[in-house]
Amino acid sequence: MPSDRPHVNHALELRDVSKQFGSFQALDRVSLRVEFGDSILLYGPNGAGKTTLLRVLSILARPTEGKVLYDGADVHTHPAEAKAAIGFVSHTTFLYGDLTIRENLEFAGKLFALSNLEQRVADVVEMFRLRDRTDTHARELSRGYQQRVSLARAFLHGPQFLLLDEPFTGLDAASAESLQELLRGLQAQGKALIFSTHDFRQGKAIAQRLVALEGGRVKYDGPMKGTG
Amino acid sequence: MRTFQVIAAIFMKDLRVEWRHRETLASMCIFGILVVFLFNFAFEPAREETLRLLPGLLWIAFAFAGVLGFNRSFAAERENAGLEGMRLAPVDPGAIYLGKMLANLFFLGIAEVVIVFAASLWYNFSFIPALGWFALTTFFCTLGYAAVGTTFGAVAANTRMREVMLPVLQFPVAVPIFIAGVEASTRALKDDPVSDYAGWIKLAAGFSVIFVVLSYLLFEYVLEE
Repeated sequence: MPSDRPHVNHALELRDVSKQFGSFQALDRVSLRVEFGDSILLYGPNGAGKTTLLRVLSILARPTEGKVLYDGADVHTHPAEAKAAIGFVSHTTFLYGDLTIRENLEFAGKLFALSNLEQRVADVVEMFRLRDRTDTHARELSRGYQQRVSLARAFLHGPQFLLLDEPFTGLDAASAESLQELLRGLQAQGKALIFSTHDFRQGKAIAQRLVALEGGRVKYDGPMKGTG
Repeated sequence: MRTFQVIAAIFMKDLRVEWRHRETLASMCIFGILVVFLFNFAFEPAREETLRLLPGLLWIAFAFAGVLGFNRSFAAERENAGLEGMRLAPVDPGAIYLGKMLANLFFLGIAEVVIVFAASLWYNFSFIPALGWFALTTFFCTLGYAAVGTTFGAVAANTRMREVMLPVLQFPVAVPIFIAGVEASTRALKDDPVSDYAGWIKLAAGFSVIFVVLSYLLFEYVLEE
């Protein structure tokens, strides 16, 4: 970490970020600051830019303009620290169907060079209630169970920021409730949660801050209380 | 050290996934054997003609088996965005490339052994007298081909008609490899002096090294969205 920078919170920040795909403007001068303990609902219609925003925050996509900062440093010039602090759950699970839950988690752990990998895997297996099926191939799991494994995978390296792109999609009521409970638990641990959902009521049950997107722009960024 | 660990993890992951379903290797071997088998009807396998045509035939079989392998390698990653999952981790994109490339090299190597064995049976041709130099030639050419195929496999993975895009992209780049492979293999199997074809082996080796290094350095941009 550069020594001449002023003291800052470990914040994840978008600063005037725009993202274009060809002629399509997915994000337009978006600024957003996320700190430890924040729980943010990203809300907006289809095509508003929610997924793009999350992908830019997770460093999967590079902004066309603007910067993504972690702890004040550009994540694209200093990606390692930022990636170690971020966990991302997407529409796709990042799981290999032919590997078991345990093998998927161990592979992810090796990518993050976790020193106590076996213990970490055991911890997340316990935390996300996966013990009964750790030797099941990912392909054989239900959507809800895969989502849980995907969340465990994102949490394995102990990130401070958890980004979730429509985590409730495709889940039945029981699985959605279970996931809500898990997310509240993570929130209680001081993790920052940023998640998108089409179900405002579901999001309101967890988030304390609302960021409303439309046409790639932030229309509202403020407390959840009093909205909806 | 960490880079080697990541490369090893990705390599072992690919081996484990392939061991579970065995589709990629089986497809590559069967396709290669079919090519060898079908060409059996195209020409009379007298020894002189065999020596003249067999190396080219083998490299056609290797080339198309490779296309199958590279496509399937990234199909597995595409299924649940495995490459993106790797990119989420603080790993050097070049390490991702090397892990995938080594796995592709391994599978292509096994397929080539099977194809050569099949060719030796169908054409009643023994590779044993020239095995050493033939194997060395094939190794360097396969390394270069795996280097090219892995890079363009990743490029083609996100396109439509990827099964067609991959050979369209990679074959023009891999032409020097195939020329070197055919020329060196022909002379090695004819038992020509090594000095006659050492230049082709050096060309293949040099091409491989250059392409591996370039791909390692540039793979970040191949993956970038």
